[in-house]
Amino acid sequence: MNESLSFIFINACLVNNFVLAYFLGICPFLGVSGNIGTASRMGGAVMFVMLVSSMCAYGIHLMLVAIDAPYLQLISYIVVIASTVQLVEMIIKKFSPALFRALGIFLPLITTNCAILGLALFQTNKGYDFIQSLIYALGAGAGFTIALVIMAGIREDLDIADTPKVVRGTAIVLMVAGMLSLTFMGFAGLGG
Amino acid sequence: MNQAELDKLVEAPNSWHMVRALAGIGLMCALLIVTTYELTFETIKQNKAEVLERAIFKVVPGAQSKTTFIVKDGQVEKLQGESNSGLKYYAGYDDSGKLIGVALEAAGQGFQDIVRVLYGFSPDKQAIVGMEVLESKETPGLGDKIEKDETFLKNFEALDVSLNESGDNLKNEIIFVKNGTKANPWELDGITGATISSKAIAAILQASASQNMPFLNQNIENFKQQ
Amino acid sequence: MNEANNKLDTNTFIKGLWKENPVFVQVLGMCPVLAVTNSATNGMAMGLATAFVLIMSSTLVSLLRNFIPKQVRIATFILIIATFVTVAEYLIQAISIDIHKALGAFISLIVVNCLILGRAEAFASKNSVGKSILDATGMGVGFTFALLCLGGVREILGTGTFFGIQILGASFEPWILMILPGGGFFTLGAWLLLFNYMKERKAAKMQEATA
Repeated sequence: MNESLSFIFINACLVNNFVLAYFLGICPFLGVSGNIGTASRMGGAVMFVMLVSSMCAYGIHLMLVAIDAPYLQLISYIVVIASTVQLVEMIIKKFSPALFRALGIFLPLITTNCAILGLALFQTNKGYDFIQSLIYALGAGAGFTIALVIMAGIREDLDIADTPKVVRGTAIVLMVAGMLSLTFMGFAGLGG
Repeated sequence: MNQAELDKLVEAPNSWHMVRALAGIGLMCALLIVTTYELTFETIKQNKAEVLERAIFKVVPGAQSKTTFIVKDGQVEKLQGESNSGLKYYAGYDDSGKLIGVALEAAGQGFQDIVRVLYGFSPDKQAIVGMEVLESKETPGLGDKIEKDETFLKNFEALDVSLNESGDNLKNEIIFVKNGTKANPWELDGITGATISSKAIAAILQASASQNMPFLNQNIENFKQQ
Repeated sequence: MNEANNKLDTNTFIKGLWKENPVFVQVLGMCPVLAVTNSATNGMAMGLATAFVLIMSSTLVSLLRNFIPKQVRIATFILIIATFVTVAEYLIQAISIDIHKALGAFISLIVVNCLILGRAEAFASKNSVGKSILDATGMGVGFTFALLCLGGVREILGTGTFFGIQILGASFEPWILMILPGGGFFTLGAWLLLFNYMKERKAAKMQEATA
């Protein structure tokens, strides 16, 4: 399919935001959106893992097509992506301790995150080539970061607001997420 | 393939038990997957063929049987076995084996994401005689009216795609008009509340038709062989 | 089996339905919960698929629990879960292409549903096969029930139908909002609110009783 790169990026980032339209990566979205600093570092880590896994998935897909074994897709995606991220984590730890401190603690958390596997599956379904896949991963990661940071900003304010006792916790976060999701619907049509 | 990944996983602490557990379970899983795949393969293939056939018979009204064609080196050929590459032409025939229409897929950008449609072309009428949305993520309740809205689907009873004099393009482009203002057979009557989605359908059909209709008309004899 | 053991077993089953409901109480496995519950049928199908994977993988993990060394347990669990998800995907395709199309990639994403790995790790790897199956069935039914609640509410308000049958009359103007992604967040938020409210009231009553 011939889709322009800018269309893929905007689509993955805003129109079909992974968190707010596809509900992927909700666990970290609810879990680490407590403050902006953590949220943006988490976003960076997710974007990084997405890039790595997008490349892996592209390679695996080529291989599976070559040996004609579509039934191994899911199992090999999850195993290869998890081990690659682990490897990359070790490499970062060795060569760039500063970067490791910034991203490191999040890496194991997000390898088996739905957003990562979802990205790999979607890019295969859509039949993207290598460059398109990379752009798709970048867009999805950026979209995830945007959603997470906005959410964190709102939650920081929400903490000091006088909310009724029953809505505190996950319930109100979900309500806010619902409103954000509606807001993001306004981006529809941007890509075309 | 699987083995290599497993070995990678146990790289660090390499004890016999771990390898045994991973290899054993890996083997078991592989067996399970392959068995299921083999057992369900025929049913799934049949299901998919049925879904496709249903869609084709819907966009080529009156069709009783179909044959799939592909284009190879500029030549129309019957599809042998399976192929995933290239555009496929599905020719529909009536009881007596007469060609009544050719269905083909088209895709393009909708409001939310890519929209994929299947449409049927009737060589006798030189018109699009049916359209079915195969895949869309258009807004439920608004944009997805392109799949259900009756007045919109009426557009595709006979949407004119006749060729110009030199036969290399459509005589009239398929254009989108506002709801209720359709005056010519090549205009597409839009849906109020789903303007962008219905516009997208018009654009998708225009692009696909202007590309494929001249070719189809030139080679229509090839499709008559069931 | 003696009386005490029997009782324990029913409890193992019941707790997943209500007291430790995976969705409403533990808030686990959110992605599929929100993404495919725009109709009761989809919610039901997704719930059943997840329950199938949950029960099968819990059984296998529990059977093999003495064979798997501690260090590689997560890797093997993921392997087992991924296998059953692949199996489920092919089965669904064989049963109905339409359901497969409606659920899309979210069937594959059952792999990363924290609920399944969580049950394998926290329960099945430490308990007997019978108990693990009971626990998994309880959790699976609880999960399906929750998805049905969400899908039902969203379908009734969003399109005026329930399992595709018109129930709210032709004059009902559907709240399209409910079947949009935002509606998923709102509906789950509202259910959680209800659960919180009931919990609070129960706690208040208990306090009254003791005072």
